[in-house]
Amino acid sequence: MSNWDILWDERAQFWSGFLSTLEIFGLSIVGAFVIGCGLLYLLEGSRKRLTIPLRIFIDSMRMLPFLILAYLLYYGLPSVGIRLDAWWSGVGALAVYHGAYFAEIFRGNRLTFPPGQIEAAKAHGFTKGKMFFRLLLPQIIMQTRPLLGNQLIYALKDTAFLVIITVSELTAAANSLSSTYFIPTEAFIVVIGFYWAISVTMEIIIKQCGRFSAKRGFDNV
Amino acid sequence: MSEANMSERAAVSIRHLSKSFDDVEVLRDVELEVKTGEVVTIIGSSGSGKSTLLRCINWLEKPDRGSIHIAGQRIGVHEDGRPMPVRELAKVRAQTGMVFQGFNLWPHLNVLHNVTEAPIHVQGKSKREAEELATALLEKVGMSHKHDSYPNTLSGGQKQRVAIARALAMQPEVMLFDEPTSALDPELVGEVLAVIKDLSAEGYTMVMVTHEMAFARAVSDQVVFLEKGLIIERADPETFFTTPKTDRVRKFLENHDTPSPA
Ligand SMILES: Nc1ncnc2c1ncn2[C@@H]1O[C@H](COP(=O)(O)OP(=O)(O)OP(=O)(O)O)[C@@H](O)[C@H]1O
Ligand SMILES: [Mg+2]
Repeated sequence: MSNWDILWDERAQFWSGFLSTLEIFGLSIVGAFVIGCGLLYLLEGSRKRLTIPLRIFIDSMRMLPFLILAYLLYYGLPSVGIRLDAWWSGVGALAVYHGAYFAEIFRGNRLTFPPGQIEAAKAHGFTKGKMFFRLLLPQIIMQTRPLLGNQLIYALKDTAFLVIITVSELTAAANSLSSTYFIPTEAFIVVIGFYWAISVTMEIIIKQCGRFSAKRGFDNV
Repeated sequence: MSEANMSERAAVSIRHLSKSFDDVEVLRDVELEVKTGEVVTIIGSSGSGKSTLLRCINWLEKPDRGSIHIAGQRIGVHEDGRPMPVRELAKVRAQTGMVFQGFNLWPHLNVLHNVTEAPIHVQGKSKREAEELATALLEKVGMSHKHDSYPNTLSGGQKQRVAIARALAMQPEVMLFDEPTSALDPELVGEVLAVIKDLSAEGYTMVMVTHEMAFARAVSDQVVFLEKGLIIERADPETFFTTPKTDRVRKFLENHDTPSPA
């Protein structure tokens, strides 16, 4: 029986690891996106009293290695009385961490947003909330699409760290099979294939979105 | 008649308006009354405060002193001096339609949706009602063949005509134009001026800043000359362009090719 045959027999483990990674990734990027948009909204036209702490939060997330944040949520939070299981700690850490990155990407683009469009919105009776969700956010998302795509790939790769806080995802499956049968190379090659498939699918989706924004003249990024 | 009564009748009523940027007084005790159906043109050299005056009318700039009423409704602050909550300010603002030099269309929305955006999402009109109105307005500005186009595919003149339709869609009490043709190639100026001229013929109330003297003479009911934030001359267009009272205006008109009577 070749090493590959062994892995084929154990395909159920890979599959459940893959589904688990997909689930963690999907949930955490939705969370990160919402957090990123939320931070951008709070930064929009707010007082310094609010924007300074937000900026500090965003910057401190960006300076923190992801693994340490995951450790903090999993091992550190119980000491302040909040106990999350490994899975939710992982999803939470990913969402918060990449949410801060999303916010930073959005904020950078917001700085170059044409002020005339904002004035036009005000002149047409828009208030902050409507203006943000109808005019600012859609354009900022279209403009930053390539950067967001990159960030999604980082987020996908960061899911692999969660093996260290005992989340049973794709890398954990490979890890366990490689140590049970002593076939690390083959086990990890399979896992690379899975990550690669997710990334390529994501790239294709983002390309498709690109057509949508190119039609509106947002292709110059 | 009392002052309050006059304000109610006017589309725009500006009293004792002053505004400084840093230490420079950009508007000084400006008084202006725009009656419903009237076209008022503001003329003046660069930096005289024309844009600032226009932008105070819809509170894009906050005046330091004075009051502005749109159709009898005070904008920006309440009569008793309380600041106006943003929602209320937005409502009064929506009584004015502004057309900018740089068009400022929303590039992620197609032509039709640029025009229906505010009626639907600010005024709460139904989609159908807003689209019917938009279709009629785009027809009026000669852009009905471009419903589905995005702003990046339009010429400057076309963009500005869409921007005019967008502002009209609010069904405002007054339209404000800030040099609507200054950013256009010369051969595109005419199509935009023609639209504005049609609007004046239809009885729209308009306040306009322009350097197109012949146009100003043809469409205005009242011409106002601004100099260093002060209105130094106001008259009907015939008087203004043929027999200006001040040397300053005479000089200004000499430097801009004075239009022959239309
Ligand atoms: N936001 C601002 N901050 C500081 N100064 C300003 C601001 N806006 C305008 N000014 C100054 O106020 C003065 C009047 O400006 P305004 O734009 O109203 O002039 P204008 O008559 O419209 O000129 P133009 O014909 O060049 O458009 C100018 O000296 C200008 O530099
Ligand atoms: Mg100006």
